[in-house]
Amino acid sequence: MKPAAFEYVVADSVANAVTTLSEAGSKAKILAGGQSLVPMLNFRLVRPAILVDINRIPDLAFIEEVGDTIRVGALARHHQLEISPVVAKHLPVLAAAMTHVAHLAIRNRGTIGGSLSHADPAAELPMIALLLNAKLCLVSSKGERTIAASDFFRDALTVAIGEDEMVAEIHLPKLPQNTGWGFEEVARRAGDFALVAVAVTVTASDDEVTEARIALTGVGSTPVRMQKAETLLRGQKIETKLVRQVVETVRAAITPDTDLHASSDYRRHLAGVLTGRAISAAWKRVTETIA
Amino acid sequence: MTGTRDIQVTVNGKAYALAVEPRLLLADFLRQSLGLTGTHVGCEQGVCGACTVLVDGDSVRACLMFAVQADGCTVETVESLGRIGKLSPLQESFHAHHALQCGFCTPGMLMTATDLLKKYPLTTDDEIREGLSGNLCRCTGYEHIVKAIRAVKVGDAP
Repeated sequence: MKPAAFEYVVADSVANAVTTLSEAGSKAKILAGGQSLVPMLNFRLVRPAILVDINRIPDLAFIEEVGDTIRVGALARHHQLEISPVVAKHLPVLAAAMTHVAHLAIRNRGTIGGSLSHADPAAELPMIALLLNAKLCLVSSKGERTIAASDFFRDALTVAIGEDEMVAEIHLPKLPQNTGWGFEEVARRAGDFALVAVAVTVTASDDEVTEARIALTGVGSTPVRMQKAETLLRGQKIETKLVRQVVETVRAAITPDTDLHASSDYRRHLAGVLTGRAISAAWKRVTETIA
Repeated sequence: MTGTRDIQVTVNGKAYALAVEPRLLLADFLRQSLGLTGTHVGCEQGVCGACTVLVDGDSVRACLMFAVQADGCTVETVESLGRIGKLSPLQESFHAHHALQCGFCTPGMLMTATDLLKKYPLTTDDEIREGLSGNLCRCTGYEHIVKAIRAVKVGDAP
């Protein structure tokens, strides 16, 4: 289990990295944290002729507050997101999700740009990007474009990114005032990929939900938002009966795969249970904030 | 041909300048190029944690990083902790609590615990267990490893 030989290019800027990508066509791969790519290299599941190491690009690991948005550089590591005071203040659900990602040694290396580009169907960050209405800034030698997370994840390990493009920044709108959050995950062991994970935000005013978001991972080839279930919560007070209705709506909306780790039915069951718990946790947090 | 790269790396306080092939994993570099066989190689896919070392103070899987990426970095392996007759408090605690049997996972456990003790409050055993979840041990059942780390945390190491 050793990687095939490759040409190693150290990029010193995003421009430099994407120039190499555009010249190399499909032969090159970006090496960010390497926590998903290097195992695939070790197994020789992928054999890129060129690896473009972006780890030495200065100032690409930032987490900064700009107006109503938190801007995160592609090289920000999972552990940075886990402990960032800016994330804790404005996007606490992101910080909470990070503690479920693999293990400290992996979180020390793994990056946000890498996780979103890799798009594992059971990973936490793609789901959180979808929950938080993230926008991804993609750069190529031809220019820049911005794409919503909802348009980015196309299939398992498949995203709307060109061979000559890289994710440079992720823009995450701050959560509105009076928002509570819930994050629930079941995995076989701590740090394993989720069998199912659910993230919820509930924004309220005067005891009523003004906005609710529900995102799931592990229930299909990409993370999903549950728009129909979200609509059910809007304008309502959170009560047991309503939560039960939302849970049934979520269960009806998904068709999880059966695999080695869990059956489709079990995943659907989990999706419901975890959605109910996440909504309750979010509601508890928001009512405590308002009170 | 991909050729080699010259790298400079400080390992356990000693500076090395070597030429490496870019595909050489940091774990293999430590073991084969430097002869530091304390770092163990188990799964070579980031799952077992046996090859965990510190790079610039942070724990990493040495099988998921290339030696060439450590150019200019400071690496600490299990050999940095202590030596026979002069073990570190963490190693002493592993010894006192029978926290190893075959010892294969131990270097990774020690380096992981070093980073965990630095970064997390570890107020409960659950937290320690969660922190160790990325390091596989097939002998001990983990109980004694958790106790050993707990003892260091509360300042109760021998």
